[in-house]
Amino acid sequence: MSDTSVPLVKTSGLTLWLPLALFSGFVALVLVGLLRPASREVQSAMIGKPLPAFSLKPAIPDIPGLAHTNFVGGKPRLLNIFASWCVPCAAEAPQLEALRRSGIEIDGVAIRDTQADLRLFFARNGNPYSRIGADNVSAVQFAIGSSGVPESFIVDGRGIIRYQHIGDIRPEQVEIILARLKEAEH
Amino acid sequence: MIRLLFAATLLLVAVPTTAQDKLPPAPYAYRQLDDPQQEDSAKALMDTLRCLQCQGQAISDSDAPIAGDMRNQVRLRIAQGESPEAIRAWLVERYGSYVSYKPHIGLQTWPLFVAPAAFVALAALVLRKRFGKGDSA
Repeated sequence: MSDTSVPLVKTSGLTLWLPLALFSGFVALVLVGLLRPASREVQSAMIGKPLPAFSLKPAIPDIPGLAHTNFVGGKPRLLNIFASWCVPCAAEAPQLEALRRSGIEIDGVAIRDTQADLRLFFARNGNPYSRIGADNVSAVQFAIGSSGVPESFIVDGRGIIRYQHIGDIRPEQVEIILARLKEAEH
Repeated sequence: MIRLLFAATLLLVAVPTTAQDKLPPAPYAYRQLDDPQQEDSAKALMDTLRCLQCQGQAISDSDAPIAGDMRNQVRLRIAQGESPEAIRAWLVERYGSYVSYKPHIGLQTWPLFVAPAAFVALAALVLRKRFGKGDSA
């Protein structure tokens, strides 16, 4: 094996240090993957695309149901995916109310919900919705690429989905939503 | 004593409160399709679709309500004659390739397929250099 040691001595610094460099790079990659907080959010791939066709029955009798045609022709609207059984949905209710008071029309899609529960939810948290469609098998939720409750979508006057907000709208995020709604006007 | 027994009995029959909905599962969440062939292709597809809430599980393997609703979607679409790959494409169009467990070669994934072949080629090259030289020497 003495003859193989001859070319080894002649090897340049690169061949000597490359394996270590590669290994360090690998360790760095693993550390980054381990230490970075995992994101469990699933972004919808429907941003920039037209709202898919759907028609939902009213979730409670005294408020009209919701269809994709309700979004065409007019100002941008907020499409809020929610449920009475979802705790963050109750937490975002004051923010939705603030948006409604600043003249934003909010349409709701109630996921797997009952009339009695919805009434109780509105009695407690107020009702900011112009329309509420009942989505009892999450069909509209899948159609627009939403993966949980609550989620809010901004749909412009041509029926194009412009923005997705995942999770509850916090008080400090109301401004962002308003700015995005303004952007969706053109 | 009787009171204690009564309380203990109440504990036994207590219904756990959860932050879940009260609706029954979607029609085809836990019901197989009548046609065994269709059910087979639905099952094969459901094994390779990611549950959006419980993200480490396939929808066929999860009891989350949203997974049940996804199974309902898959089975209904299969029953209507849609092909499994068309249903997968429909979901990928909405959630990105994240929703599918099936390996595919794309812009982001091609190194995964090319790298092993490149390493084998590199190893072959190095080995040939070493042993080839040894033979000739």
